[in-house]
Amino acid sequence: MTTARDVVITGLGATTPLGGDVASTWAAALAGESGARTLDNDWAEKYQIPVSFAARLKVTPDQVMPRPEIKRMDPSAQYAVIATREAWADAGAPEVTPERLGAVVSSGIGGIWTTLDAWDTLQEKGARRVLPMTVPMLMPNSPAAYVELELGARAGAHALVSACASGAEAIGYGVEMIRSGRADVVVAGGTEAAIHPMPIAAFAASRTLSLRNDDPQGASRPYDVKRDGFVLGEGAGIVVLESAEHAAARGATVHARIAGVGLSSDGYHMTSPEPEGRGQIAAMNAALTEADVAAKDVVHVNAHATSTVVGDLIEARSVRGVLGADADHVALSATKSMTGHLLGGAGALETIFTVLALRDRKAPPTINVDEPDPELVLDLVRSTPRDLPAGQIAAVNNSFGFGGHNVALVVTSA
Amino acid sequence: MAYSEQEILTGLAEIVSEETGLPTDSVSPEKSFTDDLDIDSLSMMTIVTLAEEKFSVRIPDDEVKNLTTVGDAVSYINGAQG
Repeated sequence: MTTARDVVITGLGATTPLGGDVASTWAAALAGESGARTLDNDWAEKYQIPVSFAARLKVTPDQVMPRPEIKRMDPSAQYAVIATREAWADAGAPEVTPERLGAVVSSGIGGIWTTLDAWDTLQEKGARRVLPMTVPMLMPNSPAAYVELELGARAGAHALVSACASGAEAIGYGVEMIRSGRADVVVAGGTEAAIHPMPIAAFAASRTLSLRNDDPQGASRPYDVKRDGFVLGEGAGIVVLESAEHAAARGATVHARIAGVGLSSDGYHMTSPEPEGRGQIAAMNAALTEADVAAKDVVHVNAHATSTVVGDLIEARSVRGVLGADADHVALSATKSMTGHLLGGAGALETIFTVLALRDRKAPPTINVDEPDPELVLDLVRSTPRDLPAGQIAAVNNSFGFGGHNVALVVTSA
Repeated sequence: MAYSEQEILTGLAEIVSEETGLPTDSVSPEKSFTDDLDIDSLSMMTIVTLAEEKFSVRIPDDEVKNLTTVGDAVSYINGAQG
């Protein structure tokens, strides 16, 4: 039964290392493709960075966006706006009172290209050459603001920042905006454009990146015994959230429902997940409780699993801890094996994957798992997609971020 | 090296076109930046910054408000060349 507080997803948009839109990204994911490539620049050599590859966008903004727009947006905002246009069209460009339309778009890092380019300009040419659009381009709320301007949204524009959980947290906040009655439609998601030598050097310094330079496509391998860190990716995922009532009134196609949002923080360490997974478990339990979904109804989990040695297993144990014996029939997918890690975009893109998995009844594969970690206590979907059962089914999408941020979203079939 | 007025107009039109998406041939001397080309204050400052670099001139902020038309800007830049 539908209630006024139910929130459905009526539009999807993305630009990713696997494709310039949702359809091509999803097709590539089901086919088990990797978006990682050796970078076609001299950063590794020039700056002695130990990592020479990343997962860049498959379709660059200059192929789909007019040049004046590109010039006034940081790449992180460009990606968000490109994904928003697709999501809005996919939702059928809903007619909604501007005062009832919100935008929540997050980035984990912010306008890093703009920030560093402006710093270069200042040092090389002085203050008079720093462009006046620099601040509106570099501010972390810039993608949210551009999406707000794109759609004329007046119910509020927000940019929640929680590192690699940002995209999922944005969707969670969008759901809250609708549930609390502030909005009928919210465009929500995450974006990241941080494939720049400085962040690569910094992530490498924290020893979190894979160093598999001789095999970029095989580098992101969550749950494989030879995993050695994540692969930096970029891109954006945006969804159109709508109250079930509003969607039904206009006869919109519903892709899936966001039934529960669970949030917690570890209170433990800046970069290491709490070893017992208490925070992750709390987030998943909260989301399942809110969704009123029993463990036995969860058939799929899109894991945060970034391909780090420690993090992947803590999450797997947390999922087992929450679902117990019912975890045996859960198809676990780690899609970062294909997309790389989109940081602030990851939670949003993976929500889209979760929605599509429920809609198409197919859990996407986890590539590069030649030898699963013997400590993995879950059923990992490996080289080919796995069919999901018919009927009402539910899935969990996990996102965790530096700082100890945990976000779990429970998605249910339409 | 000094630029001719025509070269300044051409260069300025390229900058305005990059900023606004308008075709370069629409950026003619009689056009008003605000009324005809719909350029807001932030875009105007971007154009000024890029023009200063391109033509190696200084356009003080106090002067920008006097540059109503494209022709005004061309004349100012022409006169400001060293």
